[in-house]
Amino acid sequence: MIDPGFFLEIIPKLLAGLPLTLELAGTSVLLGFGLALVLALAQQGERTYAVLPIRIFVAIFRGTPLLVQIFLIYYGLGQFRPALQSVGLWWLFREPYWCAIIALTLNTGAYGSEILRGAIRNVPRGLSEAALALGLNRFRTMRLVVLPLALRQALPAYSNEIILMVKGTSLASIITLTEVTGIAQELISQTYRAIEVFIAAGAIYLILNFLIVRGLTLLEARLTPYRQR
Amino acid sequence: MLLEAAGVTLLLSVLGFFLGAVFGGLAAAGRLYSSKVPRGLASVYGTVFRGVPDLLSIYLFYYGGSIALTSIARLFGSQGFVGLPTLATGILTIGFISGAYQSEVYRGAYLAIDKGQFDAAKALALTRLQTLRLVIVPQLLRHAIPGLGNVWQLVLKDSALISVIGLVELMRQAQIGAGSTREPFLFYCAAAALYFAIAGLTDLVFNRAEANASRGIAHR
Amino acid sequence: MTFRRLAAVAATFMTLLSAPLAGAADAPKEIKIATEGAYAPWNFTNAEGKLDGLEIELANDLCARMKIKCTIVAQNWDGLIPSLTVGKFDVIMASMFITPKRLETIDFTQPYAVDPSGFAVAKNSDLGKLGISKEKFKLEDEAASKAAIEKLKPLLKGKVVGVQSGTTNLDFLKKYFADTVEIREYKTTEQHDLDLAAGRVDALFAQQTALAATLAKPEFADYTIAGPGFVGGVFGLGTGAGLRKEDKALKDMFNKAIDAAIADGTIKRISEKWVHTDVTPVK
Repeated sequence: MIDPGFFLEIIPKLLAGLPLTLELAGTSVLLGFGLALVLALAQQGERTYAVLPIRIFVAIFRGTPLLVQIFLIYYGLGQFRPALQSVGLWWLFREPYWCAIIALTLNTGAYGSEILRGAIRNVPRGLSEAALALGLNRFRTMRLVVLPLALRQALPAYSNEIILMVKGTSLASIITLTEVTGIAQELISQTYRAIEVFIAAGAIYLILNFLIVRGLTLLEARLTPYRQR
Repeated sequence: MLLEAAGVTLLLSVLGFFLGAVFGGLAAAGRLYSSKVPRGLASVYGTVFRGVPDLLSIYLFYYGGSIALTSIARLFGSQGFVGLPTLATGILTIGFISGAYQSEVYRGAYLAIDKGQFDAAKALALTRLQTLRLVIVPQLLRHAIPGLGNVWQLVLKDSALISVIGLVELMRQAQIGAGSTREPFLFYCAAAALYFAIAGLTDLVFNRAEANASRGIAHR
Repeated sequence: MTFRRLAAVAATFMTLLSAPLAGAADAPKEIKIATEGAYAPWNFTNAEGKLDGLEIELANDLCARMKIKCTIVAQNWDGLIPSLTVGKFDVIMASMFITPKRLETIDFTQPYAVDPSGFAVAKNSDLGKLGISKEKFKLEDEAASKAAIEKLKPLLKGKVVGVQSGTTNLDFLKKYFADTVEIREYKTTEQHDLDLAAGRVDALFAQQTALAATLAKPEFADYTIAGPGFVGGVFGLGTGAGLRKEDKALKDMFNKAIDAAIADGTIKRISEKWVHTDVTPVK
C-alpha cells in the first residue's frame, strides 16, 4: 500500500502550497507581534479604560478555539455585507486570504501580548529604578532598558507561539485557501490515498517547524552570549 | 441543542486529557530513562505531535487508525474490517496530541524537584516505590499543575477540530445550525461563548487545585 | 535520536500500514451506509440533528427490500472514498456520480438517479437574465454541448464560481471553464451557499436539484438557476451507491433492490417528494 513513487509524485505538489503557508504564517506573526507589543505596553499604565478592554479581548481570543474564530470572521461576518460595505471594509472581508490573516493575527496577538506582558513584568525592578535614577524618562527606560531585556527573555515562549501559528495556518484550508493542507485534501479527493498524503504533508510541516526552532535557538544564543558555555 | 453538543465536547476533552496524561506520563518517564531506546522513542513522539498541525494528526488517526487496527486484528485471525467509532477516534487523537504536550510538563516538573528530596528519602530508608508515591509524585503534581492547566486549555480548543471527522460536538453542531438557518454569526458566537464559559469554569478548577497542592509552601 | 532509529520506527509503522486488506465475507446481514449529510435535499442533517433526505429514504427502502439491517452514518465528502476503502463503512450513498476515475478505486451499483448539473446566479447578472432553461446537454454529444458552453462563457467571464471540492462539478469547471472563471473550492455546499449569500462568489455550480433547494430559501429570492443542465462525460453515468470492489455479493443485492425500486415507481415517488422532479435513470 505504501509506494515510494507515489510520495515522489505528491511531495512537489504539496510543496507548491508552501509559499502560501509561509506567507500566512509570516504575515500574521509579524502583524501579531506588533499588536502584541502595543497591547502589552498599553497594559503597563494603570488606566482601567485602557486595560480592561484589552483584558477582555485577550481572554476571548485565548478562551475560544482558533477554528471558531476563523469561521466567525469568515462566515459570520459575511452575513453583514451591507454594513461592512457601507463602512468600506468589505473588500477586506470579501477575500478568504485577508480573513485568515485577520483571524490568525488577532489570535497570535492575544497570546503574544500575554507572553510579552509576563516578560516585561519579570524584568527586575531594580533595573528600571536605576534607569529612572539616571534621569531617563519612563518612555526611554522602557525602550532602552526594559524592552530589550524583556524581548530576549520572551524569545523561547514566543518561538512556541510561532510554531503554533505555523500549525494554525492549516486551518485556512477550511476557508477555501489552498495552502499545504488544502492541497493535501485536494490530492486525496483525486487519489483517495489519504494516509500517504497526510504523512507527506505532516513531514513538510515537521521539517518547517524544525528549521524555525533551529533558527530561533541560534538567535537566542546570539542574544544571550553570556550564557554560552 | 448546542448545550447537548457542548456535553460531547466536554466528554471528548476530559477523556482525551486523561488519556493524554497516561501517554504523557509514559513519554516523560521514557525521556528521563537512562537507556537510549525509550529516550529516543519518547522524543520522536513529542517532536512529531508538537510539530505537525493538529488538524493533520486528526486526519491521519482517522484514516490510519482503522487500517492499523484492521491489520492488527488480521494478525489475530479476525476477518473483515475493524473500525473505531468517531468518538473513540477523537478521544484517542486528542490523547496522543495532548500526551506530547503533557510529557514536557511532567518532565519539567520532575526536573524541578530538589535533588535533596531523593537523598532525604534514601536516608529515611524508603523503598523506590515509597519514594515515588510519598515524596516525588505529590511534588511533581504541584509543579505540573500550572502547565497542565495550559495543556487543558489547548485540549479544549483542539476538540473543535474533531468536527472535521464528522463527530457532532459543539463546533459541528454550530456548523449544522449555521448551514440550516443561514445565521452563521449567531451560531458561531454562541459556540464561542460556550467554549469561553467552559474554559473559564475549568480554569477555576485548576486554580483551586493549584492552591490546594501548594498548601504549606511559602509564597514569594 | 539518530536517523537510523527514526527510520526503524517509520519502517515498523509502514509495515503495519501495508498489511494486506483482503475481501470481506459475502452476503452480509448488517451493513453501514455512509452519506455526507450536508447536501440538501439529497442528504442532510435536519434541525433535530438527524440525517434526512432523498437518499436516506431510499437507503431505508432498499435495505427493507434486501432484508438487511442498515445503519446510516455521516462522513465528510473528502473522506467518503478513503474511509470506504479502509472499511469504516460498507456503502456510500451520497449523491456520488459513477465516474471512470472513481471506478479505479471503488465499485458502484447501477445508477439510482440521473440529475443534471448547472449554474446558479443573481437574477440581474448577465447569465441570470437568461433564466432557467429546460435544456439538457449530454457531454458525449460534443458538438451540441460545446456550443452550449461557448454561449455561457462570455456571460461568466471573470466571475467567481463556488463549487464543492472533490466533485465532478469541479472537474467540469476545470475542464471547460478554467480559462473563463475563477474557481473557488468549498468543503461543503452549505459553505458555498453562505458565500453566495455573502456575495463572495458570483455563481455556484452544482446539481440543479440541490441548487433548486438552496434557492427556495427566502434570502436567495434574487437568485436563479440559469442556463442549461449538463450530464454524462465528466459527470459519468449518474448517481450510484459506492462499494468496495471485493464486495460482489453486496453489489448484486443492491442492483436487484434498485431494479425493483425503479420498476415499482418507488424512486420516482421519493424523488418527486424531495426534489420535485423525477430523477429515475432511463435504461
